[in-house]
Amino acid sequence: MQRLKQLYDWLDNRTGIKEHLREVLFETVPGGSRWRYVWGSTLTFTLMIQFITGIFLWMGYSASGQTSWESVYYIQEHMTGGHFLRGLHHWTAQVMTVLLVLHLMQVVIDGAYKAPREINFWFGIILLQLVLALSLTGYLLPWDQKGYWATKVATDIMGSTPIIGETMKQLVLGGADYGHHTLTRFFALHAGILPLSVIGLTVGHIYLFRRHGLTPKKPIKKADEYFWPEQVLKDAVACLAVLVTILVLHFAFNGAHLDAPADPSSAYPARPDWYFLFLFQFLKYFPGHWEVLGAVVLPGLAMTLVFLMPIIGKSERGHRFNVGLLFGILAFAGILTFVAVNADRNNPTYIASKEQAAREAAIVKELAENGIPPEGALALLQGPKLFAQHCASCHTYGGENGLGNSVEKPSAPDLKGFASREHLTELLHPERFESAKFFGNTAHAQKSKMHDFLNDEFDGINDDKDLRADMDLLIKAISAEAKLASQSKLDLEDREAIQKGRELFDEIGCIDCHALGGWNADDYSAPDLTGYGSRNWMLGIVNDPAHERFYGKKNDRMPAFGKDEKLTRRQMERLVDWLRGE
Amino acid sequence: MTNESDHNSKDEQPDRRQFIKGASCVIGAVIGSVPMVAGVRVSLSPLVDKEAAESGAMLRLGDLGDLETGVPMKFAIVADKSDKWTRYKDVPVGAVYLVKQKEDAKEPVVAFNTVCPHLGCFVDYRKEETDFFCPCHDSNFALDGKLKNGVSPRGMDTLEVELRNTTEVWVKFQRFKANSKDKIAIS
Repeated sequence: MQRLKQLYDWLDNRTGIKEHLREVLFETVPGGSRWRYVWGSTLTFTLMIQFITGIFLWMGYSASGQTSWESVYYIQEHMTGGHFLRGLHHWTAQVMTVLLVLHLMQVVIDGAYKAPREINFWFGIILLQLVLALSLTGYLLPWDQKGYWATKVATDIMGSTPIIGETMKQLVLGGADYGHHTLTRFFALHAGILPLSVIGLTVGHIYLFRRHGLTPKKPIKKADEYFWPEQVLKDAVACLAVLVTILVLHFAFNGAHLDAPADPSSAYPARPDWYFLFLFQFLKYFPGHWEVLGAVVLPGLAMTLVFLMPIIGKSERGHRFNVGLLFGILAFAGILTFVAVNADRNNPTYIASKEQAAREAAIVKELAENGIPPEGALALLQGPKLFAQHCASCHTYGGENGLGNSVEKPSAPDLKGFASREHLTELLHPERFESAKFFGNTAHAQKSKMHDFLNDEFDGINDDKDLRADMDLLIKAISAEAKLASQSKLDLEDREAIQKGRELFDEIGCIDCHALGGWNADDYSAPDLTGYGSRNWMLGIVNDPAHERFYGKKNDRMPAFGKDEKLTRRQMERLVDWLRGE
Repeated sequence: MTNESDHNSKDEQPDRRQFIKGASCVIGAVIGSVPMVAGVRVSLSPLVDKEAAESGAMLRLGDLGDLETGVPMKFAIVADKSDKWTRYKDVPVGAVYLVKQKEDAKEPVVAFNTVCPHLGCFVDYRKEETDFFCPCHDSNFALDGKLKNGVSPRGMDTLEVELRNTTEVWVKFQRFKANSKDKIAIS
């Protein structure tokens, strides 16, 4: 303790720290400490949380069209503590908005904007807008569906401002369209320009607050006190309560939400974050060219009135008007928010879209587990989306359409895990080959040679161990043709079994119809199993299933996606890569 | 500014005051440390999160016929690579020099990682001087990889070579710890 005091004296000798601390701590609080004075401190505290968590998030964030979602996903799902850090940043931003309103209410009700504190009030109002701008810019940075569409609406509103709108929009977006520079600009605003402005104004705000002192709640009943320690404790307890609230929100909502990556081609119900919802709802009442009134003119007018509060509030009547105005605005915003939330809650289309978006987010996160291609995570979703659009009218994927929805009357085999050992174990079972899951609803079911062959050769496979062992060898051999990444280790380990399976393929007569290792059109009547399930084989059958190498004339309804130019080569590759789990 | 004890109304309750001071400090420390610890924890993730090590599989680089005896030839190593969230296919990850040895040599081909064992610069092959030369700190190495002179703690790093089907040159590409006397593989 003595050492500590010596160090403190040494430091004071060189910096004059004691004097500064005294100035900070021994500010007079007229009428003693009160709970109603804590809001400013809680806001400073949340600001500090945002700076700290923001800088650490910065270490993992990468602003570009192909890396924003991906880096946020990586922070959240793969970095130790990343989920908590992002949750803390996100929920502090939400709580901060509430604290801003509470602080403003306290200032207006107590008349703390009156002379000589006008400039400080204006500083505060600008700070409020800067913090809202931070929220708006931060919303876009993950480049997910939610942020992308909401920001699109917000910037389009900006673009509809008369005269300067379009120019401003282009400047903010960094071009005519949304892309890399939209993100780099938003990021520079969010992590550079806006925080620096906030720091500058906060320093000025606190300096002016100190200069003029606290505006006491009248009548003053108690004796004056110093800021330290009574008010400091109240502030500290309030900050603790704020932190606990943030933590509860984080754990209750399982951190910060991350939607599927931004996709300009998919429908998404754009909504701003909850604190802008009232403005969003307000716009619904201004059709056509009246929109500028609801989007710019009226909110601008309200802001101007708030800004003029110190002047309006000079008289007692003016002050009462100000208090009424603030409560009016808040009540109006509250009602509009309620109307907006309620409308969405009762809108089945909105609910369905949100559920679909959540399913897609879950799918893309699962696919991203194996790594994301350099073109970005959106490419990962192209496979399931193409499947849902082009294949799921007949095929299923694990009983669904690839995007988690059910398929009405599937009429072709399920393709999940295609060519894997598990898939073949089911497919090549005499009882399941012609089930609805595989060929049951196709022309290859009843009366087909394959059906007869399975029933002749493998009848009783459930009980006969030898038959089961033979089938396992066959399956290993056929499945190895696919060279599935997920099975590469197994294929390597089972080299001998695979060789035996190939021999068995010839012995029991599969070779009479199917080729395995060398195909020609004259000798084989059934699909070529050379490279069955491999990337090339799959691309081939999607390109033209009626090619002699596949089903030839026996092809049952499957379109020639490549040959008939229904899909591009690139699309087929994405589809196939997804089916193969790559 | 006056001294605190002059004006304090609660001086008659020193215990309570002491408690308030202590409580303020403790709460302040706790709430301040939560975002700080959350951030530092994530910034330490490179030490905590183990990424899947690269396989160090054998790669086919060329044919014996492509090489001239005693003349180093540079080959880019093109392989799949994972970098945080991104999975790259067939991108350059490094380079090797292959030196074909004389007929009677024990090893038909020697492979060197092109990276200087000192501090990781790219080592050049100098045709006129018939040596390997690091342009950063001027270490130079003989064509058998031994350090001729300079500050490098060891000679150039050799890599495992395999001849398959008599002429195909396959190399196991690995990286080694920089600036250490011993050759320690790090991937």
